[in-house]
Amino acid sequence: MSKGLPETRRDAAMSELVPEPRPKPAVPMKPVSINSNLLGYIGIDTIIEQMRKKTMKTGFDFNIMVVGQSGLGKSTLVNTLFKSQVSRKASSWNREEKIPKTVEIKAIGHVIEEGGVKMKLTVIDTPGFGDQINNENCWEPIEKYINEQYEKFLKEEVNIARKKRIPDTRVHCCLYFISPTGHSLRPLDLEFMKHLSKVVNIIPVIAKADTMTLEEKSEFKQRVRKELEVNGIEFYPQKEFDEDLEDKTENDKIRQESMPFAVVGSDKEYQVNGKRVLGRKTPWGIIEVENLNHCEFALLRDFVIRTHLQDLKEVTHNIHYETYRAKRLNDNGGLPPVLGKKI
Amino acid sequence: MARPANLFGTRPLVLCRVRREPDPPPAEALGSTPAGGHVAPIKREGVGARSRCRWPRAKAECECSVALTERRGSPAGVCGERPGAAMAVAVGRPSNEELRNLSLSGHVGFDSLPDQLVNKSTSQGFCFNILCVGETGIGKSTLMDTLFNTKFESDPATHNEPGVRLKARSYELQESNVRLKLTIVDTVGFGDQINKDDSYKPIVEYIDAQFEAYLQEELKIKRSLFNYHDTRIHACLYFIAPTGHSLKSLDLVTMKKLDSKVNIIPIIAKADTIAKNELHKFKSKIMSELVSNGVQIYQFPTDEETVAEINATMSVHLPFAVVGSTEEVKIGNKMAKARQYPWGVVQVENESHCDFVKLREMLIRVNMEDLREQTHARHYELYRRCKLEEMGFKDTDPDSKPFSLQETYEAKRNEFLGELQKKEEEMRQMFVMRVKEKEAELKEAEKELHEKFDLLKRTHQEEKKKVEDKKKELEEEVNNFQKKKAAAQLLQSQAQQSGAQQTKKDKDKKNASFT
Repeated sequence: MSKGLPETRRDAAMSELVPEPRPKPAVPMKPVSINSNLLGYIGIDTIIEQMRKKTMKTGFDFNIMVVGQSGLGKSTLVNTLFKSQVSRKASSWNREEKIPKTVEIKAIGHVIEEGGVKMKLTVIDTPGFGDQINNENCWEPIEKYINEQYEKFLKEEVNIARKKRIPDTRVHCCLYFISPTGHSLRPLDLEFMKHLSKVVNIIPVIAKADTMTLEEKSEFKQRVRKELEVNGIEFYPQKEFDEDLEDKTENDKIRQESMPFAVVGSDKEYQVNGKRVLGRKTPWGIIEVENLNHCEFALLRDFVIRTHLQDLKEVTHNIHYETYRAKRLNDNGGLPPVLGKKI
Repeated sequence: MARPANLFGTRPLVLCRVRREPDPPPAEALGSTPAGGHVAPIKREGVGARSRCRWPRAKAECECSVALTERRGSPAGVCGERPGAAMAVAVGRPSNEELRNLSLSGHVGFDSLPDQLVNKSTSQGFCFNILCVGETGIGKSTLMDTLFNTKFESDPATHNEPGVRLKARSYELQESNVRLKLTIVDTVGFGDQINKDDSYKPIVEYIDAQFEAYLQEELKIKRSLFNYHDTRIHACLYFIAPTGHSLKSLDLVTMKKLDSKVNIIPIIAKADTIAKNELHKFKSKIMSELVSNGVQIYQFPTDEETVAEINATMSVHLPFAVVGSTEEVKIGNKMAKARQYPWGVVQVENESHCDFVKLREMLIRVNMEDLREQTHARHYELYRRCKLEEMGFKDTDPDSKPFSLQETYEAKRNEFLGELQKKEEEMRQMFVMRVKEKEAELKEAEKELHEKFDLLKRTHQEEKKKVEDKKKELEEEVNNFQKKKAAAQLLQSQAQQSGAQQTKKDKDKKNASFT
């Protein structure tokens, strides 16, 4: 097959490892396009409905990781996103936990259902990130955890007798919380995102956005975007993985205007104009979480859950996981240092 | 999105909607969690799980009957495990984890997830591959044309084929926004030979080849599975000749070979040659023969309520007796596909005439996705397992500790490399030996040449000497001759001189005498 430019998603990610781009196969073998000669209704489009039923029956997995310094409102935001107490703090008995000495990884799973769709949601928290005095290499435990999940999946996939449905514990989305200093990104932020944007989908989020006025917010966002670009950090949705023009224009709009989302999280309700809304009550007013004039939480929620959830999973499976797999199989060394024993 | 109206009045199907109005919050208190949390290990369904509680949990702890009725719109499943069903494996997770059922205090929006998934698949298009097995002239091409409402151009096959060949053709069909890549594989020459022992072999080889291609792609290091054009056969329509008695032995043998590799749907072709009562007997005879020979045909899935009913009723009519036709005949005031005989008209889409409508329902409108899934999850996995085991990979070593494929692969690879090296060594040895031999030969030849050369040289020397001798002799002779000649000349000149002197003296004397 002729060599061309790395225009497909996979090739872009893999071209670092195996320098041989392969263009998407354009046409299946010997197709004859019979379009308008259908003399009547066949029923091929019912496959959509069949597929929906099947997927609803099997349920979905979604694993989201939140990373950021303590006190930035990660747990609250996740609770607000999924409108229930999914965070670590809510599900642990001990509310007065000390900040851990090293970065820990805590994964908590929940089953939530809406409209007949069952989702197994796992929230992976990283207490201790960026909280020590010396924060060198504090992203390493996180990177290790992510690679461990890929490894687990790979092992399952490579089995002779495979399970019907391999449990998916891979991290689909990583929300990175940026502290709203108003100036620019911290070196820790840059380092973390540089290392991890290659293995997982990172969505940068400006936390506690109610500390900034509108002008400060837009300036800060612009500066953050510029810094990310200058440092070559590709956050989700990655430019190189846009499949067609429609995707590209849509994603460009999000990338250049809305991201990083400046959010406010809250799980308390207040009465505003006769409606009960989620918000934060301050002496000078109530900040409504879902009001687009106040903060961009609604945008984040729609982006992550309502429009791009499946895409997040697909990019993780088709690109990040494949990159990991190719690297592992290419190395053909022994087992990775993490799992030193036979399963 | 409305479906275009059609002639056949089948019930409309709801297509996907992307947005829904937010649901009103459920009756429970907002933001509450079940007290104490429900701790349950995560379990996954084993292979072949059907008719169970949707989200599998340990039977003793499951609150499903309560929880399911609380939630709106959830199917009324019962938590029960089938006796003897494979217990699922608990996935190893960090121990500080619980799995809880939470209630949502508002509309989150992930119920659009199936729609997102479907949209993605729709944009990529679907693949569907059908294999038609049956004798020449039994109506396979016509039936395909009728099923898909188009004319797939193909010439009718002759009866003179020396063996069974498989002919695959791909087509792209589009209906509303769904693109389907349809591949129809035909068996050309099936049942025509005198000796039909090997008839099934090309078919089995073809199916295996498709699985193999997929397996190769899956095992590649750099692979692109998500835009791989899937050529695995999803459904096999086996055409039974309408003899009216029973299955032919060729049919039984072929179906037995194919049943573990592909989803077989048996159909009776040219069903208009059988009368109604005979048809009933024929069908039951066929089914009982299939059962008694242990042929596993495709079972329409009955685990989901929406399709269970229709699938159950349809299964009763297996094998479907079909009639295919692409010609239209005026019936009443409509044109319908039919076959016109002098004694009447057989309507293809009339359920009392033949089972074509049922076949179409089952194959396309209800179970297409299930066929694809069965092919991938059952037949392909079986093939993969056999193939890998054949290649020597195992999941567990003799001590029943699981191997990782990686290690086995490594071991095999080293083994292979070792063999390769050995072979290389051998070849090198042979090469060296051959070179030596040749060298020896050449040396021999060289020696010979030298000898010859010496001989020649000597001969040459001798000859030269001889010639030299002769030359000397000749020269001597020449010298002698010259001497003699010189001597002779001298004598002559002397003689002449003396003669001249004499004459001169005489002359002088004469002159003197005168004076």
